[in-house]
Amino acid sequence: MKKQINLTVNGKAYSHEVEARLLLVHYLRDELRLTGTHVGCDTSSCGSCTILMDGLAVKCCTLLAVQADGANITTIEGLADNDSLHPLQEGFREEHGLQCGFCTPGMIMTAADLLSTNSDPSEQEIRHALEGNFCRCTGYHNIVKSIQYAANKINNKEVAS
Amino acid sequence: MTKMIGKSVKRVEDKRFITGKGQYTDDIILPNMTYAQFVRSPYAHAKVLGVDTSEALAHPGVVAVYTGADFAEINGVPCGWQVDFKNGDTMKEPKHPLIVVDKARHAGDAVAIVIAESREAARDAADLVDVDYEELEAVVDPKKAAEEGAPLVHDDVPNNICFDWELGNPKEEVDAAIAAASHVTTLEFANQRVAPNAIEPRSYIGDYDSTNDKYTLYTSTQNPHLIRLLMCAFVLGIPEHKVRIVSKDVGGGFGSKIFHYTEEALVTYISKQLGRPVKWTAERSEAFLTDAHGRDHVSKAEMGFDAEGKITGLRIKTYASMGGYLSTFAPAVPTYLHGTLLQGVYTTPKIHIDVVATFTHTSAVDAYRGAGRPEATYLLERLMDTAALEMEMDPAELRFKNFIPAFNGIDEPGYATNVALQYDSGNYAPVLERALEMTGYKDFRKEQAEARANGKLLGIGFSTYIEACGIAPSAVVGALGARAGLFEVSQVRVHPTGKVSVFTGAHSHGQGHETTFAQVVADKFGIPMEDVDIVHGDSDTVAFGMGTYGSRSLAVGGSALVKSIEKIIDKGTKIAAHKLEAAEEDLEFAEGKWTVKGTDKSIGFADISLTAYVPHDYPAGLEPGLDFSSFYDPANFTYPFGAHIAIVEVDKDTGKVSLKRFIAVDDVGNVINPMIVDGQIHGGVVQGIGQALLEHAFYDEDGQLVTGSYMDYAMPRADDVPMIETDRTTTPCPHNPLGVKGAGEAGAIGSTPAVVNAVMDALAPYGIKNLSMPLTSESVWRAMKG
Amino acid sequence: MIPAAFDYHKATSVAEAVGLLKEHGMDAKILAGGHSLIPAMKLRLNQPELLIDISGIADLKGIKDEGRKLVIGAACTHGAIASSAEVNKDAPILAITAKTIGDIQIRNKGTIGGSIAHADPAADWPAALIAADATIEVLGGGGSRTIAATDFFTGIYDTALEEDEVIIAIHVPKVSSTFTSAYAKFFQPASRFAIVGCAVVMEMKDNYCVSARVAFTGVSDMAFFDEKVSSALAGKSLNDETIAAAAAQAAQGVDTLGDHFASEEYREHLAKVYAERAIREAIA
Repeated sequence: MKKQINLTVNGKAYSHEVEARLLLVHYLRDELRLTGTHVGCDTSSCGSCTILMDGLAVKCCTLLAVQADGANITTIEGLADNDSLHPLQEGFREEHGLQCGFCTPGMIMTAADLLSTNSDPSEQEIRHALEGNFCRCTGYHNIVKSIQYAANKINNKEVAS
Repeated sequence: MTKMIGKSVKRVEDKRFITGKGQYTDDIILPNMTYAQFVRSPYAHAKVLGVDTSEALAHPGVVAVYTGADFAEINGVPCGWQVDFKNGDTMKEPKHPLIVVDKARHAGDAVAIVIAESREAARDAADLVDVDYEELEAVVDPKKAAEEGAPLVHDDVPNNICFDWELGNPKEEVDAAIAAASHVTTLEFANQRVAPNAIEPRSYIGDYDSTNDKYTLYTSTQNPHLIRLLMCAFVLGIPEHKVRIVSKDVGGGFGSKIFHYTEEALVTYISKQLGRPVKWTAERSEAFLTDAHGRDHVSKAEMGFDAEGKITGLRIKTYASMGGYLSTFAPAVPTYLHGTLLQGVYTTPKIHIDVVATFTHTSAVDAYRGAGRPEATYLLERLMDTAALEMEMDPAELRFKNFIPAFNGIDEPGYATNVALQYDSGNYAPVLERALEMTGYKDFRKEQAEARANGKLLGIGFSTYIEACGIAPSAVVGALGARAGLFEVSQVRVHPTGKVSVFTGAHSHGQGHETTFAQVVADKFGIPMEDVDIVHGDSDTVAFGMGTYGSRSLAVGGSALVKSIEKIIDKGTKIAAHKLEAAEEDLEFAEGKWTVKGTDKSIGFADISLTAYVPHDYPAGLEPGLDFSSFYDPANFTYPFGAHIAIVEVDKDTGKVSLKRFIAVDDVGNVINPMIVDGQIHGGVVQGIGQALLEHAFYDEDGQLVTGSYMDYAMPRADDVPMIETDRTTTPCPHNPLGVKGAGEAGAIGSTPAVVNAVMDALAPYGIKNLSMPLTSESVWRAMKG
Repeated sequence: MIPAAFDYHKATSVAEAVGLLKEHGMDAKILAGGHSLIPAMKLRLNQPELLIDISGIADLKGIKDEGRKLVIGAACTHGAIASSAEVNKDAPILAITAKTIGDIQIRNKGTIGGSIAHADPAADWPAALIAADATIEVLGGGGSRTIAATDFFTGIYDTALEEDEVIIAIHVPKVSSTFTSAYAKFFQPASRFAIVGCAVVMEMKDNYCVSARVAFTGVSDMAFFDEKVSSALAGKSLNDETIAAAAAQAAQGVDTLGDHFASEEYREHLAKVYAERAIREAIA
């Protein structure tokens, strides 16, 4: 059975007929071809599929596309305008917060939620906020630093080079 | 032009990853593509009496369903490393079929494959394939598998023994050394099976183009050319020049994506049968059952010491699981990547290791980050800390007493071990000295004493490791059973405008080659990094390659790169001499230009590049163009080393271990990009911590993988670990042009025993000396309870 | 990770949802945040034929102050409860517990009603609701009723809900500033669900415990009110001795779960440890 959905993704309005069982992550990846949102597990554990839905970080492997009807979604592709970088994206590059890059979009989107409610998190707060995201490459060390970099940048603090 | 080598240049590849523009295999959708779904055995060991596909075939959207019978004439996937029995017999190498015909040999063994128009139809139809199984008894423990009467994984492999093997000094000499020792430390334990868990699950697309009779396999592999060779020559019997392998962005590997998997051959083969692309992407629970796992050794280790604490002998017996089938490099792991490392950084005069490799009803076991070297290091370093405890010596002092003295590999030929290797260069004391200094060791012991007095369980653990990487000299590994050479290939193409494309056979799946390799090129040519592009992961554009694993990219691939760079500079010198009307020997190349020594006459890199392609005014007899390839076969392995120290606190009430600090001082030779090397160390260390404290691919007695999802398989999360405190010493590799050794595995090799040793130190007041990994809260609590 | 096919209906009222439940019986499932249901459907452990989405029903989403109690709509997310000023002030045990559920992403989407309807024996909410002495308001074919949290959880993935009943709201008695609360959890290292979760709500007068409600999750096949620990605290001045004595009573007489991560014996031990930790944290 197909259902009509209308939603906004990265500022653009979309309207599609989708099967009820279509997962939001597959809708974004296959229909809209926004493949920066990844699938790393089947138990809502790894966080690679994290996007912002109405401003909040969610795991879109655990949502149906029909649940996003009317929603305003931001994926990694839409986090920054055009060719600019969001402070988090910049932080991940500056602090080597990624290696293979697969978990990175999910990490960045989760961190975006954290910084929206706590713009100056401690190391422990950052680590706690990332408990729903696996990274197998970095040992998290530089991810923490990347988020600290972004927080400092957002707060106009001096950024250590 | 500033020097680029040694600088923490930000990564070139990051832009696409942080903006969501990476291209992993599952991101690709080809026109008219079909989707594959496997039907997998729920049993570890079962006869397949019948497979009824009729209902699945009738399901809407289903294109085809194949069973083992459809591939009966096709070879299985091959093993790339042969280890012989002690008596000279060839190892047992049973067929690893693409789809099982008669019997399933591990939970997750493929019984059928459904191809459909959509992922949904394939998934639905898979539920409709009716398989008639007769469940059989299973064996999962590598030691029990070799016992009389154990269920057989392969009917023609007696006692499930794939091979037995030994290395080192004559056994009787080692027995005598241990018998004569004034103290012998004995440990028996398992190095538990772990699942690699690259966050990107394996994904493949086979695409056959009938017009050109050409296959393309998009694959998440660490090893594109070797996959092509193995699949073409050994499995499908299709011409190698008609196959293109593409592996652009790969989301982590850690060894698990080195190997040639059955699914790669299947999607390739079926795409021709159907005339349509076929995509398969593993689900995580499927990955747990089908990716090659790591470790899974059961060992007894004995180390003898004289009265002063000098090691006099080491005797090891190891049972190593191969899993249900031999994966690509499986036999090498417990033998040539494990036994050969038992010298460690110590002067141990007598060493013997005995290995029995067995088949079990489990997923294949093969190289996982460190591959054999972590297991060897674990044996040695657990023995050292345990011996220190037993002999009431300081574990750091015990190490200083036994270190091999410094050698640089230039003034002497290196250090010949008792286990077949020749270390290139080493200086082992300074890494431990630095690590102790960073730890504040003396103060720590005071803090620990106070903590103990207050009922708190604080512990410190050490690990001073060595590893062999940069694999490897082809002749050496060939003699040891490798069925491939382990050289590396580079091509450096200078375009007419002086811009450079580099084609490397190494493969980046997180290592950052697009940056590091470009740094080397920019540095050597004296040109901006932006003028250099690094291309990898496409067999149509890259001439050949042996892929990335064993921390070999820079040591072997980087050396191949330097060779091509040197050829370019040599040819450029000829052209420059002609243009400057000077003798070649009067020219020097630096800062991107050729200068006549002692003059201001010079010509730039771009001018020479243009001249090479517009050869109007050109040296007689010289070919136009500026494009060179090189094959580099290393003279030796490289031998990074380091000292890792862990500090833990054990919760007395629950047994839960908290890692308070982790200090890693590594020597990986020269460093091209310190930021990237630090990142490799961080990640490796945390994987090793994961093995020590959390991870276990645990099979129950029926062969069910109990920890087969992220709901059950515990891996380190951000709040499980502290910041990793790192530093380095630099002992260059004497036998490669960059002096580099390799950093990919070091962290995972050094960290595991350091953490376990720290927990044992914390538990010393309880008289606990040995616990099996992972050190779960309950196991620690039980031990304390006595 | 492809669910079996199903129909989807977005309900505009609870009555409509109840009607559909009545019509479809076991074949229908209520979808709120979907964070318990969808994972099970992806693994095909659950294959409903109809999903009735109640997330659009405004009535189910608010947190209302009804004088002596807070009424928390069933479709409130864990995150909304964690950050609600009313809940933090008047029913802090719920806010404290909500903050420990899952991770940021799960708290943003998972709902309290969905979680308790799912009744995972290792979920956090049941302990908190029992300790808070909450009641669960449901609406079904037979009309509306309330079920005490202590009676709501009846087994592994099993509740007192009838087939055609929908959870409307959670009613939580407001507590004054003389009350103190804590939730202490020992989690399974992979899933991070509770191996033992202990929720404590106590009314204190200085060091004197006027009354106490202690509840556990994770220990047994359903969350339970721990009568023994609760009554061992009530009417006592709390000190090392009385706390230890009360905690030592934890989880007696229940059938303890045992699994790969924690044997029965270890869980029983942890229940005592975490009872003590929760009590100490509450009065810290």
